[in-house]
Amino acid sequence: MLINMFLLLGAILFCIGVYGVIARKNAVLVLMSIELILNSVNINLLAFDRLNGGNDGAVFALYIIAVAAAEVGVGLAMVLLIFRNRKTISLDDLSEMKG
Amino acid sequence: MQFASAIFAADVEVAQTIGFGIIAAVMIVAALNVVLSKNVVHAALSLVAVMAGAAAQYLLLAAEFVAVTQVLVYIGAVMVLFLFGVMLTRAKLGKDTDLNNDKGWLLGLPIALLLLVVMAYVLIDSFQDDQISGSGEGRIGASANILLSDRIFSTYALPFWALSFVLLAAVIGAIVLARKD
Repeated sequence: MLINMFLLLGAILFCIGVYGVIARKNAVLVLMSIELILNSVNINLLAFDRLNGGNDGAVFALYIIAVAAAEVGVGLAMVLLIFRNRKTISLDDLSEMKG
Repeated sequence: MQFASAIFAADVEVAQTIGFGIIAAVMIVAALNVVLSKNVVHAALSLVAVMAGAAAQYLLLAAEFVAVTQVLVYIGAVMVLFLFGVMLTRAKLGKDTDLNNDKGWLLGLPIALLLLVVMAYVLIDSFQDDQISGSGEGRIGASANILLSDRIFSTYALPFWALSFVLLAAVIGAIVLARKD
């Protein structure tokens, strides 16, 4: 197998995730796009791990999975709080920081 | 092109390459559905397909422990969290036309395509037709998992502790944020 097959798959998934983060308005869907990005990074890490031998890449991939789980937990709690206060999770409506 | 011809070279594992292609195609279609779907629940279920495909790719890369963890944590836990999030924010079931930014694709599409072109050029230019060598034997089975856990609890013990605190803080933070009173 070519290393580039996996790396290009990771690149494609990353770009799809970036598109989702930019184009989506619903906060839950933005979090899902971030998960796509994290998954593509994991594919890259494991491909390099397999290319170079050793198992450092697998360790980092496991850590990324754990951090992603924590991130989704806190992120969805925040989305829930916003929904409770505003009755909407449209990110366009959260514009207090705009001057 | 060098890259395209190398895929079909004689010394390539044909079965693995075909398997990779099928899984990768499913993953890309499902990922596009995640970012383009007009239905929140469909997007969440497509994300399951992407994550299951990623687990299959990890198996192809002889990282079985990570693949199992991916299935347990992502498909098991994170997806349930997402579906709870969809449910608790009372997302419209069925089609919802208000999921995307107006003209969001106008900004997103050029950026995503530019990123893709740059990354694909760099990757193909620098790795060309490098093969993943060896059969992956010794990377699977109990002995490989022993090595992996040794690595986690020796070389990377400090990040492991830090990660434990991150998870603890996240759990407590999520409870404090979402509590009703």
